[in-house]
Amino acid sequence: MDNLVALTQDALKMVAEAQDLAALDKVRVECLGKKGSISALMKGLGKLSPEERPAAGAEINKAKTQVQDALNARKTELEGAAIAARLAEETVDVTLPGRGQQPGGLHPVTRTLERIEGIFAAVGYTVEVGPEVEDDYHNFEALNIPSHHPARAMHDTFYVDDSHVLRTHTSPVQIRTMEDKEPPIRIVCPGRVYRCDSDLTHTPMFHQVEGLVVDKGISFADLKGTVDQFLKAFFEVDVPVRFRPSYFPFTEPSAEVDIQCTQCGGKGCRVCKGTGWLEVMGCGMVHPEVFKASGVDPEVYTGFAFGMGVERLAMLRYGVNDLRLFFENDLRFLKQF
Amino acid sequence: MKLSESWLREWVNPSVTTQELVSQLTMAGLEVDAVEPVAGDFSGVVVGEIVAVEQHPDADKLRVCQVAGGPDGNVQVVCGAPNARTGIKVPFALVGAKLPGDFKIKKAKLRGVESFGMLCAQTELQAGDDDDGLWELPVDAPVGEDLRSYLQLNDQIIEVDLTPNRSDCLSLKGIAREVGVLNRVPVTSPVIAPVPAVNDEVRGVTLKAPEACSRYVGRVIRNVDVSRPSPLWLQEKLRRAGLRPIDAIVDVTNFVLLELGQPMHAFDLNTLEGDIQVRLAEPGEKLTLLDEQEIALNADTLVIADQAKALAMAGIMGGLGSSVTAQTRDIFLESAFFNPIAIAGRARSYGLHTDSSHRFERGVDFDLQVTAIERATALLLDIVGGEPGPVIHQADQQALPQVRTVTLNKARLASGLSLAVADADVEDMLTRLGLVVIDRASDSWTFSVPSYRFDIAIEEDLLEEVARIYGYDRLPTRSLAAPMAIQPSPESRVGLPVVRNRLTALGYREAITYSFIDPKLSARFDPDVVPVALRNPISADMGVMRTSLLPGLVEALRYNLNRQQERVRLFESGLRFRPSGDGLKQEPMVAGLIYGGRDPESWAGSADKVDFFDIKGDLEALIDLTGEPANFSAASHPALHPGQCAGVYVAGECLGHVGALHPQLQQALDIPGSLYLFEVEQRLLAEARLPRFEPLSRFPGVRRDLALNVARDLPVESLLTGVKNNAGEQLSDLKVFDVYTGKGIDPQRKSVALGLTFQHPSRTLTEDEINASIETVVQHLEATFGATLR
Repeated sequence: MDNLVALTQDALKMVAEAQDLAALDKVRVECLGKKGSISALMKGLGKLSPEERPAAGAEINKAKTQVQDALNARKTELEGAAIAARLAEETVDVTLPGRGQQPGGLHPVTRTLERIEGIFAAVGYTVEVGPEVEDDYHNFEALNIPSHHPARAMHDTFYVDDSHVLRTHTSPVQIRTMEDKEPPIRIVCPGRVYRCDSDLTHTPMFHQVEGLVVDKGISFADLKGTVDQFLKAFFEVDVPVRFRPSYFPFTEPSAEVDIQCTQCGGKGCRVCKGTGWLEVMGCGMVHPEVFKASGVDPEVYTGFAFGMGVERLAMLRYGVNDLRLFFENDLRFLKQF
Repeated sequence: MKLSESWLREWVNPSVTTQELVSQLTMAGLEVDAVEPVAGDFSGVVVGEIVAVEQHPDADKLRVCQVAGGPDGNVQVVCGAPNARTGIKVPFALVGAKLPGDFKIKKAKLRGVESFGMLCAQTELQAGDDDDGLWELPVDAPVGEDLRSYLQLNDQIIEVDLTPNRSDCLSLKGIAREVGVLNRVPVTSPVIAPVPAVNDEVRGVTLKAPEACSRYVGRVIRNVDVSRPSPLWLQEKLRRAGLRPIDAIVDVTNFVLLELGQPMHAFDLNTLEGDIQVRLAEPGEKLTLLDEQEIALNADTLVIADQAKALAMAGIMGGLGSSVTAQTRDIFLESAFFNPIAIAGRARSYGLHTDSSHRFERGVDFDLQVTAIERATALLLDIVGGEPGPVIHQADQQALPQVRTVTLNKARLASGLSLAVADADVEDMLTRLGLVVIDRASDSWTFSVPSYRFDIAIEEDLLEEVARIYGYDRLPTRSLAAPMAIQPSPESRVGLPVVRNRLTALGYREAITYSFIDPKLSARFDPDVVPVALRNPISADMGVMRTSLLPGLVEALRYNLNRQQERVRLFESGLRFRPSGDGLKQEPMVAGLIYGGRDPESWAGSADKVDFFDIKGDLEALIDLTGEPANFSAASHPALHPGQCAGVYVAGECLGHVGALHPQLQQALDIPGSLYLFEVEQRLLAEARLPRFEPLSRFPGVRRDLALNVARDLPVESLLTGVKNNAGEQLSDLKVFDVYTGKGIDPQRKSVALGLTFQHPSRTLTEDEINASIETVVQHLEATFGATLR
């Protein structure tokens, strides 16, 4: 008992000097373990008188508690230091770039096509496609463009043989759809089209989206509403839209659609050639001859069709200033979309 | 079609500005492409007359002129133009004048000689294209008068881009009619009175192809003086319409073409042998045209001929032999109606396009020919004199177009345009356009269509006319309404967007390449297929339709390699065009290409280059969209490396290939590193298996690894199949985790390490069961493939 104080002092000193958790545990065993120095004092209690025992026992327990508290505190301290060391060790430069494959991206034409399709799909249009090497009948005849029609000169057609062409527009898909399906029809037809023309503002291949609605009671007002709403949705701005009479053999009445120049707001600039307007699509009410050629009764049904150039819309939307970039596939261009 | 605004306003003069007028035309479907002043912005220029010319003392090319016309009498002007000579009248910019480009004329000294003003060429005033020297004005030009007012240069040229249906507006008369309707103002046309004959000279005319030419009007005029030039007013009207004045006869026929829309032709009467025939060309017939090219005529070409020979290609171009020349004294004027069907496409088939063919193939007023010849006769007599004979008029009433009638239902008008227009307004619009009401019922009108409107045949055409004149922009607009029936939505369909998105997630950029490629490149990639050739390609290297998407992608790679790109991953989707026994197949494909580093260049990535298994892994990730595995097996493809090429098979059908570009092709295309490609049919990716839940086992799986020594050329695929077929139902997973060749292994053999996981859905497997399965597998592999355990 005499050395309780000394033992306690020794124990506390060892706790304080323990440099890691293993050393600390060793201290615990040496002092408080079954055979530990302080625990051993308990065995000496038997030699004391019954009167002395409680006080002496209390003294020993007090010392044990004191050492145990010190052990706990030191343990917490050492654990904290170990974590801190690990954290310091594991610290990385978070500003370095991440690892792995860089995602690619869609071509701006596809991106634009998907956007157009999405706008129409959301209100129930479905997507139809057709062949690109098209027969003369579907590309021209059924669309009320007989051979020798002056409108053929507007088309600069690529010929494959006497009766096949590279489709000059996506309109043949209208015919193919009406041949196969009964009205009501609400479709958009995206795809590649071809014209034998190549200069600063023409590429021999480009993309169109054709739209067709056939039902009972469709009027020119529906066409105007649809086109107007589409353009405002596409450009995400309340852009003024105007309809001008025009001519397509497969629609009557026909219209050309202009939006107010997105560049100058209608004041007139280089992009709109000073007119304040940009031509963005053609449209009209389906010509009765086209209905007849496709097996739809023009006495029962009316409809409208519209067609737009995808590159043109992409150029206006993303500010691309050179049409030819779309088909060079320069990664520096593609990576911008 | 170009026309001068002041000429238009002679016919119809609404009180609207030029800008309003142009906007009206555009919004009525006669799109105005450009409005340009007829001359540049200048002032202080008068009609001057050179009264004396001397050589400049110190400059060979300069002359010192005394010029009349200025306010202070004759002044001295130094001039370099070669045609400066005494007596001519020219534009004279006085000191203080302002020329286009804000160029001010000041007193100047040229090589020591004083000059008070400048004599001008057309181009210097931006009043024409002639820059051959000074602009020589007519001899009767009033000296000293302001040039702008003398030439009425305060005028605009309006260029209208007409759609092919509106041939009625290919004339001043037609445009004036539209302007009159749009503004509800009267149109004043010149009075065209018949010119009486002064002799009875005629030529016989036979219409041998009446379906092609159903009206032919002619007239002989004797003793014309072709040396007399056209008056200034006529020349200026032509110039402002974009035509060059040539001689009075041509100028007058051109004037009538512009004014009334009737193309005319004048023959030298004395070159005609006998009567006129309008007939189709005979076999082997030839004709030398005005532009001096000799044409072998096709049998479908209509000609104007005399008894001996073809004189002109009807409605397209006159012949050289019968043309009016400086020596011509007597002429035969022609004003005919040729059916659009007989002219359409013919000019183009000879590579020709003329003002005449442009009009005839679109439709010329079939009632205009007599009026036009009277107009031309009167003008010619004024300018070149002469003695006209009577008008010769041959027509085939059967073959002439019939006057059409069209009925317009009021209900159709209202429902087609969602518009209520007052009956009186409809009648007003349509009758001003020249239609005539021939029947008025309570619910409809019947109109007859004027002879100049080839585009009005059905009710919808009248809807368009009403809409046009009413104004498209004023027509109602509404939201399309339709039943919201829910549509089928097949979950198993993998759309192309999903495929594209996966590829972009795998690091690919989408390319779009032309569908036509260089035939030489096509032959390199696909030597066994004869591609579809275009008859009229843009250029030789865009001559054939692609039979594969790979050549286009490889070209796109090369384009980028030439621009310092070192790592390229591209894909494209689209059709390939393969001729086959049962016609041309247009198959939707998707193809990809990788080149360069496996990882993007980075502090953390490897510097390894891509190899076959990178692209195969990407393709597997694509096929994984379908939820079904595809089989790959070694295959050959003419463009791919024979040792690194796999076919993709579904149900025994090859739907595409993946592999390395053939090294020979790589070398020929000058590509420095290896590249890897795949191309598969889109239908491989079109259908997905719907997920089907299987219960999860709550019992632990047990893994056993096998290291097998097998022949080096044994496809691992067959080992895997052998394992799957023999390991029993409890095999839940199978992996290849190592393939080794080299040190410690027979060079003819390789070591393949497989990891097999066994798991039972409802109990823990025993050691014995697993050992038995492994035993069966090993025995099978030994027996079938000579595999030994390492």
